[in-house]
Amino acid sequence: MTAAPALKIAGLSVSYGNGSGQRTVLRDIDLTIETGQFYGLVGESGSGKSTLALAAMRYLGADGRITGGSIELGGVNLLAMSDPELRRTWREAVKLVPQDPLASLNPRLRIGQQIAEGFDRRDARSEERVLELLASVGLADGLRVARSFPHQLSGGMQQRVMIAAALAGSPELLILDEPTTNLDVTTEATILDLVRDLVRARDTAVLYVSHSLGVIARLCDRVAVLYAGELVEDAPVSDIYQRPLHPYTRGLLDSVPRLGQNRRDDLLRPIVGQIPQANSLPDGCVFAPRCPVATELTREQRPPLEEVGGSRRVRCHRWREIADGRLNPRQQGTAAAPAEQQPASARDEHVLTVTGLEKRYPLRRSLGDLLAGRSRRQVHAVAGVDLAIGRLRTLGLVGESGSGKSTVARCVIGLTPPSAGEVTLLDVPLARQLSARDRPVLRRLQMVFQNADEALNPYLTVGRSLRRPLARLAGVSPAEIDARLAQLLQAVRLSPDYAERYPHELSGGEKQRIAIARAFAASPDLLLFDESVSGLDVSVQAAVLNLLGQLQQERATAYLFISHDLAVVSYLADDIAVVYLGQLMETAPASVVLQPPFHPYTEALLSALPLLDPQAKQDRIRLDGELPSPVDRPGGCPFHTRCPRFLGDICVSEEPPWRETSEGKRIYCHIPLDELEATQSPATLPAAPWEGPEAND
Amino acid sequence: MTSYLLRRSGFLLLTLLLTSLTIFVITQLLPGDVARIVLGREASEAALAGLRRQLGLDRPLPIQYLSWLGNFLVGEWGTSFSTGQAIRPLVLERLGNSLMLAGLTLAIAVPSAVVLGVVAALNENRPLDNLISIASLSVVGLPEFVTGLVLIQLLAFELHILPANSSIRPDAGFIEALPMLVLPAITATLVLLAYIARLTRASVLEELQKPYVRTAALKGIPRRQVTYRHVLGNALLPTITVVAISFGWLISGLIVVENVFNYPGLGSLLTFAIDRRDLPLLQAITLVAVLGFALANLAADLLYAYLNPRIRLQ
Repeated sequence: MTAAPALKIAGLSVSYGNGSGQRTVLRDIDLTIETGQFYGLVGESGSGKSTLALAAMRYLGADGRITGGSIELGGVNLLAMSDPELRRTWREAVKLVPQDPLASLNPRLRIGQQIAEGFDRRDARSEERVLELLASVGLADGLRVARSFPHQLSGGMQQRVMIAAALAGSPELLILDEPTTNLDVTTEATILDLVRDLVRARDTAVLYVSHSLGVIARLCDRVAVLYAGELVEDAPVSDIYQRPLHPYTRGLLDSVPRLGQNRRDDLLRPIVGQIPQANSLPDGCVFAPRCPVATELTREQRPPLEEVGGSRRVRCHRWREIADGRLNPRQQGTAAAPAEQQPASARDEHVLTVTGLEKRYPLRRSLGDLLAGRSRRQVHAVAGVDLAIGRLRTLGLVGESGSGKSTVARCVIGLTPPSAGEVTLLDVPLARQLSARDRPVLRRLQMVFQNADEALNPYLTVGRSLRRPLARLAGVSPAEIDARLAQLLQAVRLSPDYAERYPHELSGGEKQRIAIARAFAASPDLLLFDESVSGLDVSVQAAVLNLLGQLQQERATAYLFISHDLAVVSYLADDIAVVYLGQLMETAPASVVLQPPFHPYTEALLSALPLLDPQAKQDRIRLDGELPSPVDRPGGCPFHTRCPRFLGDICVSEEPPWRETSEGKRIYCHIPLDELEATQSPATLPAAPWEGPEAND
Repeated sequence: MTSYLLRRSGFLLLTLLLTSLTIFVITQLLPGDVARIVLGREASEAALAGLRRQLGLDRPLPIQYLSWLGNFLVGEWGTSFSTGQAIRPLVLERLGNSLMLAGLTLAIAVPSAVVLGVVAALNENRPLDNLISIASLSVVGLPEFVTGLVLIQLLAFELHILPANSSIRPDAGFIEALPMLVLPAITATLVLLAYIARLTRASVLEELQKPYVRTAALKGIPRRQVTYRHVLGNALLPTITVVAISFGWLISGLIVVENVFNYPGLGSLLTFAIDRRDLPLLQAITLVAVLGFALANLAADLLYAYLNPRIRLQ
């Protein structure tokens, strides 16, 4: 007889609300996780994945209800438990590592107190055990961490604390709900390594919830794909990336930019339409309205979840045709943008040049500083950045949080006056203060922010938001303005009736399109994007990225595209600049950015990147320690405190030289280029085996 | 924390200085000649001039302000125009009375309002929550003189439990005054109750939504521990600020309640001073009230910072 599975969910349905407001967010979920298994659960926002994670613990909040099905933990029926039994299960058998560790920790209690709460109260060794747990998640200075309050720790340390707390009861099932979503990619990589090592050593079952197929490919044995509250596909990780059977899974894989994919030669294929609301689901297959291979049958009849070859399950009427290659379920794509036609002189024209840009923020002197006569300390947010962008070209600026990349954008647009350096737009130096810039300059320079929700005025219709820049900046006459408005909406692929809508009537992707339309309203020469696609689901993000590429061609604009995501940047950009602690580390044309030599920091970034390929072998380069504070910015090379290729005193005391390769790559490092090149391997490009031979037609 | 304390205290001094200037300027702008108010309509020009000289009213305004402020700081608050009494003992006595009433009111109002707010929040949208909301809002809608008179009618005249008149003796201690304090304190409580209870309810509901409450619950600790240790510790922080503002109102703004019960507090002295155009008295009361208000707010800020590590450990 085999042991009971760690988690067995059968026929589970979950609803929120009552009466007419009732929304069924999960339907007929079957999911079994064996002991020691690493199970991925992937889906976009609105898929119900977080609800499923919490339902597996029977924790649904005030208005959530389980309306059908069963949940067994280690063979014990969770739904039949009394409250004390359920609390005991939470204490011992099943643990959650949530998204957003800072919000998930009580701001008023010390870390040690919060971890010890998970122990039996009579435990005399609780203090020792807290330190043991902190040590087991790689927090060496456990005593200090235990005495700290949550806000005193970095995001990565906070998430380690959450993992330590989850390990307190030696759980049989560990549920991780997007645990690395707000972390930097280098921190994410160390956390993923940690989770994998800890779990392998303990034989715990894991349910890993994520929107990122790359993270799941790196970590999991199996993956279940959730769409609009239904399980649409469930398979071993190796199979699902090799040959996805459900058109939605395929659409997800085609939506994520693979490292090395560039829009100039290989466009993403976003999924058309958007995820249906929980109270207006289609009658047949939930994916039918967005499915490229939907038929009458699909639209009318809900497909069953069918077994495929013993180890896989898929909910699609046409999986057999897809499995034997008769049917290609990929989304209709648009043709790749034709190479731009422009005279060589225009190519050399620089729309934007930034030279020696610096931004320092003086810190308030404390009383102690005053008494000791210490001078004012400064935060060095940007410490000497040079950039240039040509017409019709995109410069991608990559950096982690605290790198100063957003400050660069704010200095260019004028929201933050730089402390030193010069910003030139079309050979005209720009005033530092926004208020000192005249209207033509404002028109030429526009920006799209990360959060379209906050960037659009909720009390203005889309039409009013767009008319203002058209009239004030582009100088469109009242007679023409409606025609221009319709053109603008058309340009971002929205119908003219959107002009009458308010922001709350739009989806996240539509809001970002409106924000983009508003930026284009002024017919700018340069557009700045600050993490403008980061908050979007991958299928929506793909559509927006393609739109940006097309708009650039149509309107001959230059882009400064800022993101923490190297794969997204290398997809969109022609040139890439990597920034660390306010200092450029490397600049490279996109064509050679994945070829050695790399700056050691770029090398670490590439190695940390989760790839869409479970078979990918990446060098395992991890950065130690925390990002230094920009107040006590390390001298010499600012990266020396964490550099895996640290040479010695020279890195500490001397600023590195800029070294340039024959292909135009520039690296800010003391190590000679040939030495770097000899010891570095090219970045691993994930294969896209699911595309098959017909991908090139 | 030390520098936080010093900074806040500096702000407090600046606030007081600005208020004293405002008070001085406003009282100068009030209509009416002080000397004529004191001496009456029939007084001769010579007598008026003599009094002005005696009171220093013929000097330039900045000098008058500085000497008034200086005198106030060293404790010479002058004499009342209308009664001729020394102002300081009078104001301090009334301040003592007001503090007694404010203390008792807060001792009743804060715990009951917090309990009501927490209970309402933990039973959100259930009958108990609705009952608490409706009851406290309907009470706050009634003016103090109505609730005060109803309470007097009920508890003093019908049931004979408490005295209707609260005019305590000038040197009465707290114990002696207590029976007379209860009715005005309850009346003032009814004003504050709904305000503090609704704020507490909103604050608890906001905290209950935060992810750390889920983390605590999923540790498998008893629900009561989640509520007391995690939710309330954070949810009651905003209440501190509200209590401080209420305290300021209680020591100087309790004009209606003091009049209904004939209670000799700072509020009724203030109406007296206004009625008689008694400028030195008015200035002294206002400055004392502002001082009390500012100190209460300082105490609240410091307590808030102390209880909130994100500020304390800046």
